[in-house]
Amino acid sequence: MDLSLSTHTIGDRTVVEVGGEIDVYTAPKLREQLVELVNDGNYHLIVDMEGVDFLDSTGLGVLVGGLKRVRAHEGSLRLVCNQERILKIFRITGLTKVFPIHNSVEDAVSATD
Amino acid sequence: MATVELRFSALPEHVRTARLVAAAVARRAGVDESVLDEVRLAVGEACSRAVGLHRRGGIDGAVRVALIDQEKRFLIEVEDEAGSASVPSREHDEGAETDEDTLGLAVITGLVEDVEVTRGASGGLIRMSWPVSDPSVDG
Repeated sequence: MDLSLSTHTIGDRTVVEVGGEIDVYTAPKLREQLVELVNDGNYHLIVDMEGVDFLDSTGLGVLVGGLKRVRAHEGSLRLVCNQERILKIFRITGLTKVFPIHNSVEDAVSATD
Repeated sequence: MATVELRFSALPEHVRTARLVAAAVARRAGVDESVLDEVRLAVGEACSRAVGLHRRGGIDGAVRVALIDQEKRFLIEVEDEAGSASVPSREHDEGAETDEDTLGLAVITGLVEDVEVTRGASGGLIRMSWPVSDPSVDG
């Protein structure tokens, strides 16, 4: 199982659909994708993690890095995730307080807080 | 001797293999299905940390994963060969790299009740264990 990435835009939001496993081997690909999007001027990102089977702290680090980048441009990074085993990792590390986590892409797109 | 022992070059592409092997051996040893995800994640974190220490230190060598089926516990040891950098120190802050290391350890300690981060023969050693169900009780 590798990492799959695809992006599309909804209004001023850029949705990054992630599938597969985000770990020490695959996380650099996600990092590159996020860096490229921000460098291209996409500052409102939604990372859809519904297709993610595995996430570790390397993946968390990449998401935190992405958040720092978009915030430097007064942007946002929202997550879409309903999977308990993935959400648990965000809770353990206290990152539920850092990332807005939504049930659906639609919710994330309409969120403004 | 460990029930199953795995040694791999400290490269990111091998961490997934270690996770899969650990989960398979844990299942066979009788670790409850509900905690196999934790086992998989904790071993992955320990191995990722070991690989990171080797890479950041520019140190060749191997990561050793020992999977030990004891009578009532399933024990996992992950040992690196990264020398003194392996044992976390609060005294110096190395910025982002330390953050990643700290995050990995936070996940392990948050997941695993019985965990010990200590010094091995030539680097760090993370020792974790989980209870195994008694087959005589389960039938």
